[in-house]
Amino acid sequence: MTTRHEASDGSTIEPGDVVVLHVQGLEELIASLIDAGFDTRGPSVRNGAIVPGALHGVTDLPKGVHDVQAPGRYRLEHSDDGQLFGWAVGPGSWKAEFFPPSQELWRASPAGDSMVFTEPAPDQRRLAIIGARPCEVAALSVLDRVLANGEHRDPRYVERRDANFVVVVECGRPGATCFCSSMGTGPGIDAGFDVALTEVDDSDGHRFVARPGTQRGADFLSRVTHEESTDRDRGARVAVLERAGVQMGRRLDTEGLASLLARNVEHPHWDEVAERCLSCANCTLVCPTCFCSDVRDTTDLAGDFHRRRTWSSCFDLDHSYLHGGPVRASVSSRYRQWMTHKLSTWWDQFDTSGCVGCGRCVTWCPVGIDITEEVRAIATSDGASRRDVPSVKGAP
Amino acid sequence: MTGDAAPATSVALAMAPRGPRHAMTPVVHRVFAVRHETIDVTTISLEPVTGPRLTFRPGQFNMLSAFGVGESAISVSSAPRDAGPLRHTVRDVGPVTHALCESSVGDLIGVRGPFGSDWQVPGRGERDVVDASDTVVVAGGIGLAPLRGAVDELVARYGEGGGRVFVFVGAREPSQVVFHRDLELWKRSGARVEVTVDRGSPGWSGHVGLVTSLLSSSEFDPSNAKALICGPEIMIRFTARALVDQGVAAGRILVSLERNMQCGLGWCGHCQLGPFLLCRDGPVVAYAGMVSVLLTERER
Amino acid sequence: MTRSIAQMLEAHPLFADLPDDAADLVAGCARNVAFEAGAKLIVEGDAADTFYLVRRGRVAIEVHVPGRGPVVLETVGAGAIVGWSWLVPPYRWTFDARAIEPVGAIAIDGACLRAKAQAEPAFGFALLTRISVELLARLQATRMRLLDLYGVRRDR
Repeated sequence: MTTRHEASDGSTIEPGDVVVLHVQGLEELIASLIDAGFDTRGPSVRNGAIVPGALHGVTDLPKGVHDVQAPGRYRLEHSDDGQLFGWAVGPGSWKAEFFPPSQELWRASPAGDSMVFTEPAPDQRRLAIIGARPCEVAALSVLDRVLANGEHRDPRYVERRDANFVVVVECGRPGATCFCSSMGTGPGIDAGFDVALTEVDDSDGHRFVARPGTQRGADFLSRVTHEESTDRDRGARVAVLERAGVQMGRRLDTEGLASLLARNVEHPHWDEVAERCLSCANCTLVCPTCFCSDVRDTTDLAGDFHRRRTWSSCFDLDHSYLHGGPVRASVSSRYRQWMTHKLSTWWDQFDTSGCVGCGRCVTWCPVGIDITEEVRAIATSDGASRRDVPSVKGAP
Repeated sequence: MTGDAAPATSVALAMAPRGPRHAMTPVVHRVFAVRHETIDVTTISLEPVTGPRLTFRPGQFNMLSAFGVGESAISVSSAPRDAGPLRHTVRDVGPVTHALCESSVGDLIGVRGPFGSDWQVPGRGERDVVDASDTVVVAGGIGLAPLRGAVDELVARYGEGGGRVFVFVGAREPSQVVFHRDLELWKRSGARVEVTVDRGSPGWSGHVGLVTSLLSSSEFDPSNAKALICGPEIMIRFTARALVDQGVAAGRILVSLERNMQCGLGWCGHCQLGPFLLCRDGPVVAYAGMVSVLLTERER
Repeated sequence: MTRSIAQMLEAHPLFADLPDDAADLVAGCARNVAFEAGAKLIVEGDAADTFYLVRRGRVAIEVHVPGRGPVVLETVGAGAIVGWSWLVPPYRWTFDARAIEPVGAIAIDGACLRAKAQAEPAFGFALLTRISVELLARLQATRMRLLDLYGVRRDR
């Protein structure tokens, strides 16, 4: 017999505990986050895809919706299996919640003999993201290294991240383009969340194995209806993750990967990829870690100056513009820049891989270019390059 | 997706004595003097409208805003030793640099910075040990601008018993040589200064030829020299190689590299060159190992 | 102070560290010369019989362009070789060479040196290899200047 704790019976959960929630407990968790003043956001079906959206309760979750992914292909299928998190990742990553696609940085008005600057007021919203995947939590920690942990901290990003509550849902149904297990970012997760859930649906019923990752996560879990977990529950979670690992559609061999790409910058395969690549920037826009941005100034009709920051892409011709022309004028060198940055020079710059294996760039590439396949093509003809380079620091 | 975090209320920063909070918000400066160096190169001197002058090290750069046009990364061309207004020497190559070159005394310019690495030349009062090794400074065109403060410092050090200073300047033609007055002052202070042009003009009696051709006939001691190079990337490449061939250690050759820069903070990703974010890891890097390879990798 | 022609040759990069017998061969074709500023060392179209090793001072390699007067293509200083056309037929100078300032040089009889190089192939090969070093450096520098390094790219 398991012990059932009602929402208000005062039992306490500690980080490290494992409990079980049913749908009602999840409903209460969302409600208590809303009550605590969080702006709750989670997966929602929009325009035929599962993307981050407003989440007010369990009924907003994509019940019975599954995604079918392949290179250049993404479709939703509907079933009556009642699963709430039976999908992998959609085109919209959580990046946009913290690092908006377009953001005003300041406006300035000439005033007397100087200039008055006005910055957007600090964002007061406290965001609770519900249903982020382990790979997406990993992606946020990659972004943190760029925007929050360097010499210069982006205050807009930092204030949103600091206030952020994360309910991660471990992956039970990875897509055909997923390879998080290769990148060590999933399908399970051990850190970087307030509450981790694993959706289980077996002979013991539909339920969530829940683990607090922080004290405040434990406090929230204590307040909702839950049960202590049994060996069967914990075993069911492990089974979900094992099955997910087996179902993972793609693999990427990361052994020596950073050095492989560093020494193959002149590999003929870059030109081969360029024959297929449209340089459309889809991969960078769906990528949860791509951080490149443009900074643009404009003047409005009143004579005030505005500066905005918008997402940009290394596939844009202007990205490398240097008085007179782009440094990377060819698609070949732009694809090379993107991929070697993700998998190789990111290590030099931020001491981590820039890829979390979410597979979005594969799914959303209109011509189905598959980063794992392109790496394999280079690995199998390693040495087709002309030169060797000093070893890359920090990389595996 | 959230769009914009729209300003519900606004924070007026003009009241803050030490300027703005956000690293993307510039400090307003006023143009104090304008000097046209060549047909397309202008030096603007800036003073902050309020607050103290910005401190920097030679080789670092600022992001300069021409309001309403945009922002551009420009090296500081004054010398910390001057203790005068902040100077930037700008070549008119695009909309922002054009606006900066066209600015007049009294205009407002935004300044963010200083950013990036420097020439590692100790400043006044820094480091008591006087470095007696020769310094070879090679500048191509407007590449002399970020080196100016460093040479001032080195020449002053020479007067105090520091190493010899060799300045080699390459330019397209005599009319495009910048900082004549400084070149003359350095020469008078004991530096060996040579200027060479690609194309002579009537009345030019100086060198005609590539800047590297000045190196081989110079009497600096390669085994005990350090070098600072700034100019077009291809000129940097060939100059660094020529110095290595002459026996200068690659690790003692510093080069200043350039890529598109839009933030100066390591956020925008534009200034990548292989493993470097040049606004953060550069612009001044040692010509050794990775850098020597990077400069010959073909980005095309 | 006077130096023997052999000592002067030894001090110039082209003939530094030559074996004694080779140095003697060269010395037999060489003599010490001096030019006032403005003097022509070489005149376009003349027979290329004598070339120069610059010991001090600077020399301008130039060409007369109608309407522009003498255009300086390159300036060279101590350690340089002035004149290549003595090496190969038709042995005629292509450009002018003029002393920009007082120039001290070693004048070498091209025909004399060629004859010695032909008679002693090992010496001839060593000579050509040494000449090639500077020839190559000058060619590369010229190619670099063709890039118009300091110009602004306005082509894209």
